Amino acid sequence: MKLSRKNGLRASAIGALVVSGALVLSACGSDNNNEPTKGGGEKTSAAASNIKCDGAKGQLLAAGSSAQKNAMDLWVKNFQAACEGVEVNYQAIGSGGGITKFNQGQVAFAGSDSALKDEEVAESKKICKGGTGVNLPMVGGPIAIGYKLEGVDNLVLDAPTLAKIFDNKITKWNDPAIAKLNPGAKLPDSTIQAFHRSDESGTTQNLGKYLSTAAPADWKHDPKTKSWPAQGGQAANGSSGVATAVKDAEGSIGYFELSYATANKISTVSINTGASAPVAATTENASKAIAAAKVKGTGSDVALSLDYATKAEGAYPLVLVTYEIACDKGNKAETLPTLKAFLNYAISEEGQKVLADADYAPMPAEIAAKVRAIVPTLS
Amino acid sequence: MVTTTPPVTEKNRSRRARSAARPGDRIFSGLSKGSGITLLVIMAAIAVFLTYRAVLAISKDEANFFTTFEWNPAGSPPVFGIAVLAYGTIVSSVIAMVIAVPVAIGIALFISHYAPRKLAKPLAYVVDLLAAVPSIIYGLWGAIFLVPYLDGLNQWLDQYLGWTYIFDKSADGVARNLFTVGILLAIMILPIITNVTREVFLQAPKMHEEAALALGATRWEVIRMAVLPFGRSGIISASMLGLGRALGETMAVAVVLSPSFLLSGHLLDPGGGTFAQNIAAKFNEANEFGRDALIASGLVLFVITLLVNGAARMIIARRKEYSGANA
Repeated sequence: MKLSRKNGLRASAIGALVVSGALVLSACGSDNNNEPTKGGGEKTSAAASNIKCDGAKGQLLAAGSSAQKNAMDLWVKNFQAACEGVEVNYQAIGSGGGITKFNQGQVAFAGSDSALKDEEVAESKKICKGGTGVNLPMVGGPIAIGYKLEGVDNLVLDAPTLAKIFDNKITKWNDPAIAKLNPGAKLPDSTIQAFHRSDESGTTQNLGKYLSTAAPADWKHDPKTKSWPAQGGQAANGSSGVATAVKDAEGSIGYFELSYATANKISTVSINTGASAPVAATTENASKAIAAAKVKGTGSDVALSLDYATKAEGAYPLVLVTYEIACDKGNKAETLPTLKAFLNYAISEEGQKVLADADYAPMPAEIAAKVRAIVPTLS
Repeated sequence: MVTTTPPVTEKNRSRRARSAARPGDRIFSGLSKGSGITLLVIMAAIAVFLTYRAVLAISKDEANFFTTFEWNPAGSPPVFGIAVLAYGTIVSSVIAMVIAVPVAIGIALFISHYAPRKLAKPLAYVVDLLAAVPSIIYGLWGAIFLVPYLDGLNQWLDQYLGWTYIFDKSADGVARNLFTVGILLAIMILPIITNVTREVFLQAPKMHEEAALALGATRWEVIRMAVLPFGRSGIISASMLGLGRALGETMAVAVVLSPSFLLSGHLLDPGGGTFAQNIAAKFNEANEFGRDALIASGLVLFVITLLVNGAARMIIARRKEYSGANA
């Protein structure tokens, strides 16, 4: 009995090994599918030759927002290809986790979907000797409203309608408010399945800020919360979860970064902002909206105040800007050269250009120029 | 040493056996004692840390921690409560148990008493392998494969069993509900229940079985009269192990469930939440206070698990006469 049990253990161990091996391999496979494929490998490696390494060496640790993970992956790949012996390790653990790690001194910089709060700035003074943590906007991107509705290709919605849909006040696809915005579309008499994020997220927060700015009468929830504030609706875990759910369920609508819509071939909503034509969710249109932002940070801080209610032609108002957060003074001496070289590349023209390949929006020229001037002054 | 040994009397012999005179014995006894104490110290340290952080959080909670249907520790004022989480955790685990225990007993009986040897072994391995699949894989499988397929079952249940209230689907939506989570959890806890039950069934006294057969009992009667009564405490222990896993399952639930802080008896409506799922969903973006609040909810789960295990031990203790040790 005992003997046979031992054999059984061994056999199941081997079996487990085979299965987990297969899982590991298949995991690799799916990763590749997610990677943006629009940008050719040649283009990025050609750009890599212009990267200035400036004494970068060793390991650079960073953590934070998962919204900018794909952008970070591209940058890290190009930067490591250009600078020998440098390893940049960005853990996409979420903005809150990234800021916590940064304020504990565990990482050289943090990625965050929202600028540092006052108490976080105060806390950062402990780590940044003689300075504070500053927000450097480097990645922008449209938050796409994805939907699945048989026979409707170009859905147009505006902020009040979106707010009512996500607040369960509009529950049918053939609601007069939707029909008015989509003359001629064959809207079915079916229930709208509105999906939101089940985890806390900067994406949710940005959608909330947009809805409460552009449709204050219809979205009365706390705009600062990172968890879903409204009652009802359905939820899924992470942007990938929402995208999968929207892809699967007929009559569904949800929000996620544009790259998820592209990867899953999900149709996206054009937003009627009050401009002459509805604006589609594209990286170019997002850049135009970010250009309307005001810089509210002072000194080396470039925290932005986005204009969600913009009516500028072709500006897609539902955008997300993610920051890199580093110390203006008092960065760790051993990682400072690497930090500066990496951020320098990220905000450089090539660094910003590759963003569009991953469905992110490059920073508009004025803001990029401002950040470009600040990165070399970090100390 | 041998020369100084006093004459072997009854009393001395027992003392010598206890006091482990040889160095090997002493070292081993010290090592095992040390390990035991280390474990207790580690557990105590964890408990102290958790309780301390939980007390920090709960003392700042502006609402009743046990009855509030909301989770917003980052708000001002901070408001959070575990009512929905406790309800969701228990309901989803109960669904999982209702489905998994009978199936697991069936598989275990089949492997141990019905299946031909050639089939029994591979089947046992396959069941064991189910336990080796990481829970996130179950979650992805559940979200991508199971949920769309269960939509049909949900509609059927709603149509024919809607009068039961619990199967009344009152809100539209895909099957990202506690019922689906229960089914997924049932699949996940199947291997551990099956495995332990099978082992217990195999230990049923052969003499009893053969005696029953000799008296002319059919195989089902043998199982009913000899195997099942003998294995009852084993089944209970196995089910409790499974229940422990179901209560604490995190990633699979987080990926499949569409949580909301509403208490609803309609199992087919999207909504609800569990302790572990809530922690997984909120931890990344939570600030330090938010994490303390999550730790406080984790403590409650810990207490629930403790109560469940205690209850199981009491049931088993009452049925000591059937336990394997006395057979």
